[in-house]
Amino acid sequence: MTMATEKFVYVTYIASTPVKVWKALTDGELTRQYWKHTNESDWKPGSKWKHVAADGTGTVRLIGRVIEVVPSKRLVLTWGDAADEAETAQHSRVAIDIESVGEMVRLTVTHDELKPGSEMAAKISNGWPRVLSSLKSFLETGQALDTWA
Amino acid sequence: MKDVDAVFKALADPSRRQLLDRLFARSGQTLAELCKGIDMARQSVSQHLDILEAANLVSVEWQGREKLHYVNPVPIHEIYERLIRKYEQQRLTALHNFKTRLERK
Repeated sequence: MTMATEKFVYVTYIASTPVKVWKALTDGELTRQYWKHTNESDWKPGSKWKHVAADGTGTVRLIGRVIEVVPSKRLVLTWGDAADEAETAQHSRVAIDIESVGEMVRLTVTHDELKPGSEMAAKISNGWPRVLSSLKSFLETGQALDTWA
Repeated sequence: MKDVDAVFKALADPSRRQLLDRLFARSGQTLAELCKGIDMARQSVSQHLDILEAANLVSVEWQGREKLHYVNPVPIHEIYERLIRKYEQQRLTALHNFKTRLERK
């Protein structure tokens, strides 16, 4: 059982293709448009990735390592506050799964190994629903949500 | 809009809202855990969970033979963005206009 850590499982259905959803998550120019941050990495197992504010300051907000990459299917990352880069024990883990379901894509974000009651747990449980709603709107209508105002 | 209908239908039942509240308090529970301390037959709980899952309000994960249930607030957030923020925006604009008028005096 998950006693020491907290886990969240977020699901959204998007009228799109696995290739487009994958690109929207890993292409910094696209993440900037619906997430207001650029996700930057070469997306190879073992590589670093970072989540950088797209407000002109270039502030790095999140960092981590790429663990598993199956293009258009599955991406597993470690996930930590940029200030805690050296403290890998503080890092959590995100698995992103992309599956075709009829004409839709089911996108599942499993965020695991979070410290219960931590600031990061609060941030991501507020953040993922907004990110996924904005991504869905962006891919389906071309318009991201003005959710970060 | 079919997905929105499913969400509202799923939420229009106090037993299902109770199950969501219990999952919100502790995510990742099995059917057996959710049945504990609740005044509902196991079969009813199971049926309510199916409806919540179909509406995408509950996400599930298999761990071996155990099916764990998690709250998925994404559809509720979509409704908030599509329907509620729109009205909030009007109210905020009205408030802003009121303030500007008062300040002009």
